[in-house]
Amino acid sequence: MKKILTLLALLGLVVAGTAAIAAEEEHNPAAPTHFPINEPKEMSWSFAGPFGTYDKAQLQRGLKVYKEVCSACHSMNLVAFRTLEGLGYSDAQIKTLAAEYTIHDGPNDAGDMFDRPGKPSDHFPAPFPNEQAAASANGGAAPPDMSLLAKARGVERGFPRFIFDIFTQYAQGGPDYIHSLLTGYDQTPPAGMVIPEGTHYNPYFLSGVSLKMPKPLSDGQVTYDDGSPQTVDQYARDVSAFLMFAAEPHLEDRKKTGFRVMVFLLLFGALVYMTKRRVWADVAH
Amino acid sequence: MSEGHSTYTPKTGIERWFDARMPLPRLIYDSFVAYPVPRNLNYMWTFGGILSIMLVAQILTGIVLAMHYTSDTNLAFDSVEKIMRDVNSGWLLRYLHSNGASFFFVAVYIHIFRGLFYGSYKAPRELLWILGCIIYLLMMATGFMGYVLPWGQMSFWGATVITGFFSAIPLVGNWIQELLLGGFAVDNPTLNRFFALHYLLPFMIAGVVVLHIWALHVVGQSNPTGIEVKSKTDTVAFTPYATIKDAFGMIVFLFFFAYFVFYLPNYLGHPDNYTVANPLKTPAHIVPEWYFLPFYAILRAITFNIGPINSKLGGVLCMFGAIAMLFLVPWLDTSKVRSAVYRPWYKLFFWLFVADAILLGWLGSQPAEGSYVFMAQMATLFYFAFFLVIMPVLGLIETPRRLPNSITEAVLEKNKGGSGHPAGATAAPETKG
Repeated sequence: MKKILTLLALLGLVVAGTAAIAAEEEHNPAAPTHFPINEPKEMSWSFAGPFGTYDKAQLQRGLKVYKEVCSACHSMNLVAFRTLEGLGYSDAQIKTLAAEYTIHDGPNDAGDMFDRPGKPSDHFPAPFPNEQAAASANGGAAPPDMSLLAKARGVERGFPRFIFDIFTQYAQGGPDYIHSLLTGYDQTPPAGMVIPEGTHYNPYFLSGVSLKMPKPLSDGQVTYDDGSPQTVDQYARDVSAFLMFAAEPHLEDRKKTGFRVMVFLLLFGALVYMTKRRVWADVAH
Repeated sequence: MSEGHSTYTPKTGIERWFDARMPLPRLIYDSFVAYPVPRNLNYMWTFGGILSIMLVAQILTGIVLAMHYTSDTNLAFDSVEKIMRDVNSGWLLRYLHSNGASFFFVAVYIHIFRGLFYGSYKAPRELLWILGCIIYLLMMATGFMGYVLPWGQMSFWGATVITGFFSAIPLVGNWIQELLLGGFAVDNPTLNRFFALHYLLPFMIAGVVVLHIWALHVVGQSNPTGIEVKSKTDTVAFTPYATIKDAFGMIVFLFFFAYFVFYLPNYLGHPDNYTVANPLKTPAHIVPEWYFLPFYAILRAITFNIGPINSKLGGVLCMFGAIAMLFLVPWLDTSKVRSAVYRPWYKLFFWLFVADAILLGWLGSQPAEGSYVFMAQMATLFYFAFFLVIMPVLGLIETPRRLPNSITEAVLEKNKGGSGHPAGATAAPETKG
């Protein structure tokens, strides 16, 4: 009897709990309590899925957006110029690209610091000498380093989607988020919402109603020479894909190796299973 | 099983030479070839072998990672990224190691639940069970310290929260916390000692694993019926029977492991750990690794003071108590029957307990607010009731189903009912699978 009571009590609790959560969902649109207000839009990415690869033309466009727009404020400390081989550039192209940058180096034999053109082994130079300088030039919030941004951002998927994600191999939360954020400006906040001074409303922002970064991209801002549309949406897709590459340069290698490993394990597993059947054939168990 | 005389006969001169001086080949032969195992073990019994290879894999990948890692707060994060970007196959080693920790815990949870279901902890296997609990504790310490090493936001704040537990202990709490941290807050000394301990503990685990296997080989394996081995027909030789079955279990397990390593390597981690630790910026929600979430939920469920025990200390006591329950299981279970197969009520409560543990895990990942707190409190109550009330009481009042006389009888009965094959003798080639 006691067991049945416990069981019923437990069931009741789960139902009550679910109802309570449902009740919590109703909230005032002008004072949201959970962020982001809107979930990121799921885009289709060339690097998604078990056979995903980077679209090199897209990465090159994304690099252009980073160089011409983002890099004014955002560093990318962990990425070396030589990594850009993955974008399909030749050694000579990478040398030229690196040489466009000035690297502060030293000390030389005389003990002096000096400037020199970049080499492929150099990393992207940061736009600000230190975090304090970056923060003070940007209204108090230092723009985050972009090397790992595509892996360091992601909106919680919630039950039951996080289960489905295992089967669909959804691992694009970062680029989806960045794309949504970049295209999520220019929206009118709900009536009555307080937007703090010096911040910009964006319903896709992960940790509040608004962020310090103003809308960074506008149509036609970056010139593409491959005929791709020069729109904010296209820029946002391209730079998100590029940031995924910057965060995970060995993604293609990983998926390619993974396929071989899975095929090997399947074949080996089948052989071992047949051997097991044979070994146990004369023993009832 | 150990009473059986060794059947090892050295065949070559070298083997005879060794056998007369240090009978290592004899030990290996007796332990992994001739060692008799119950013939009715199912695939749940392959997780011991799976855990062994996971431990070896973690140690091997870990040693290579340690060659490239720098345990300095200014360099640790970048050294991990160096491994991911520039070390040959570094991304593979690091993803194998970080996901390997998760799958180590997947395997150990299945192993523990298998023990709870089939009553594997009952006499004479109490010590075997307790050694297993010690391994589990060491694994938790190792996993926690390993998560701190990449020095991301969750590393730092997870370490801050978890070491903070110790400050709740009266009188010596602050002293223990400062000893753990090497200072007053998580900082460079903490990272250095965690790295040293993270390197040490796996070898301690390996040591306790040896004791665990030793104890196992003295008392022999339990089995799905829970009936002790009575005659030779109840067992088969470890090699080839258990070896090949374990091998198949391992490959299936590695398949799931590889799926995560190669296709979802960051699924089980937290995005915040790709941001370098910042002591001035607290993340919105501090969550530990998934394998600690049930205990984290229990910790946060205690939001009220009980007499002189404040809610913080109460939470810590409940969290450690939840693990301590496992150590007491051999004496909390009063049933004379081992296996849940013959215990209909225990079977029901066992599965409710599994559901409760999963619910606690999910609650641990949610913010401790609103209805979640109440749900966590009820789930915690059931967690403790399962061990402290249901286990002892059920053993006394439950009527178990009829037990077969022996393992052999159980197997033959099952085969008669299951496949329809009339399998009268041990060597009946028509009963495959």
